[in-house]
Amino acid sequence: MTTTAAENATTARPYEAAAPLAPRAAFLPALGAVYRAQLARARVSRIPLLFVATFQSIGIMVLMRGVVDADPGSEAARSVVAGSTVLVVAFVALNLLAQYFGRLRAHGGLDHYATLPVPPAAVVLGAAGAYASFTVPGTVVTAVFGSVLFDLPLTHLWLLAAVIPLAGAALAGLGAALGLLAPRPELATLAGQLGMSAALLLGVIPAANLPAPIALARDLLPSTYGVEALARSFGPHPDWAAVATDLAVCAGVGVLALAAATWAYRRAALR
Amino acid sequence: MSTGACTIRDLTKSYGDVRANDGVSLDVHRGEIFGLLGPNGAGKSTLVRQLTGLLRPDSGAISLLGHDLVRHPERASRLLGYLGQESTALDELPVGLAAETTARLRGLSARAARTERDAVLDELGLTPLAAKPLARLSGGQRRLACVAAALAGARPVLVLDEPTTGMDPVARRAVWAAVDRRRTADGVTVILVTHNVIEAETVLDRVAVMDAGRVIACDTPGGLKARIDDEVRVELVWRETAPVHLPEVAALSARNDGAENGRRWTLRLPTDEARAAVAAVTGGPAFDALDDFTLTTPSLEDVYMSLGGRGEGLVKA
Repeated sequence: MTTTAAENATTARPYEAAAPLAPRAAFLPALGAVYRAQLARARVSRIPLLFVATFQSIGIMVLMRGVVDADPGSEAARSVVAGSTVLVVAFVALNLLAQYFGRLRAHGGLDHYATLPVPPAAVVLGAAGAYASFTVPGTVVTAVFGSVLFDLPLTHLWLLAAVIPLAGAALAGLGAALGLLAPRPELATLAGQLGMSAALLLGVIPAANLPAPIALARDLLPSTYGVEALARSFGPHPDWAAVATDLAVCAGVGVLALAAATWAYRRAALR
Repeated sequence: MSTGACTIRDLTKSYGDVRANDGVSLDVHRGEIFGLLGPNGAGKSTLVRQLTGLLRPDSGAISLLGHDLVRHPERASRLLGYLGQESTALDELPVGLAAETTARLRGLSARAARTERDAVLDELGLTPLAAKPLARLSGGQRRLACVAAALAGARPVLVLDEPTTGMDPVARRAVWAAVDRRRTADGVTVILVTHNVIEAETVLDRVAVMDAGRVIACDTPGGLKARIDDEVRVELVWRETAPVHLPEVAALSARNDGAENGRRWTLRLPTDEARAAVAAVTGGPAFDALDDFTLTTPSLEDVYMSLGGRGEGLVKA
């Protein structure tokens, strides 16, 4: 087949010089344009879901405060607050982004980007970055509310400035890859929901209380490392080296997940 | 010396057992508005999706402005502006930002993209809607906003897949004026997919008629119609049912394209026979059963029918 196409291409070649190609969109400006457009989308349609993400996490913390033996300031309390905070990131970056890309792929929306000279990574990173940004207000509100509720220090909440982008990169990359690889949009939604449920169960429940096989699953979930880093920072003497290691794992998974998502985008856009 | 913008040779694309494109060959000249006309499922969109680099052909060759798009499909985005049928990617964006972002992703600087956005919105009469998200517009307005995005950032070739679907006449005129301006001022080549025969006749320089994955004819609209210019279309509308017990009506019944017991008959007849048919139904007792009749010169739909097209799905509006 390829040979035939190549031979025909020779016969079909026109008799004059090829027209100049318009320049490609450079990576950073394209990334910025996609990011800005995605933020504008949030104003139009995503705001109710952002509230849902926050209320869900606050609800879980209130529930845990009431029914579970999570003493204020205890290790369990740190896990609950850190887990609920990162859950906001998982809800938006993983679940909603998987749904978005699933829908875009199913309804031909990828054609728009695929017919523009834009680097695939700019589309994926722009959308992932925007979805990670959407989580900022909910994450901050959840962390502050949880810290007050469970008597945890607010001193080191600045760490959110690292946890949100790094856990956001890992979870958004995963969400984008799931959405772009799912053959049907319903499957993308399902995968996103399952990922979020896993982040909920494995993030909020302290590791010590989990049976061994589930603890292994917890170690495999990228959100875990964001949860661990944040939980450590609530302690009286945070182990900053361990925090840095956790965040480095998030960053590493983020790079891999976003690379996988970019590959999935190319595959989905050009058939 | 060729003035070719796009050369397509023996293009074939199958989905399973269905040949969506079955050996399509076409030559599109620079600066012309070239149409692909045919009903849904004729293979028009499959053809333009290969032209825009979205779909790889099974075999065949596509050359666009001297570039081999089978070997380098990624070059398509740097040569042409494409308007697809879907607006999912833009639906939740405000109209202005949709045009500006698209221009930016076509490689324009931030300032140039804003200038382009303002110009194209003004040109299409969309400035008052600039801040409204596409999803909150009517179907026709949303389509117009997609056209704005497709035109934002100049390209030597435009590929427009049914650009005026759902638009009112004012919006349609704005689109055709904008397209024609680019053709006249910049020599832009336009490849247009349509299933609207009236639009095809008024807008296109040349048209390829497609049916079941093949090009069954390619000429100017006038040239195509000249192939059947000895024919006239007679449309008869009966009050209730056709009086087929009358011999003059029974004779015409054999030439009817529609259902015999339907109220609406369409006859494609040589001029002299058409004159005789009209005389027969208006002069005798059949006239009492007749509600209305029209005599029209052939349209592209008639050409399509005479070429053996199935004739369903073409739009006259």
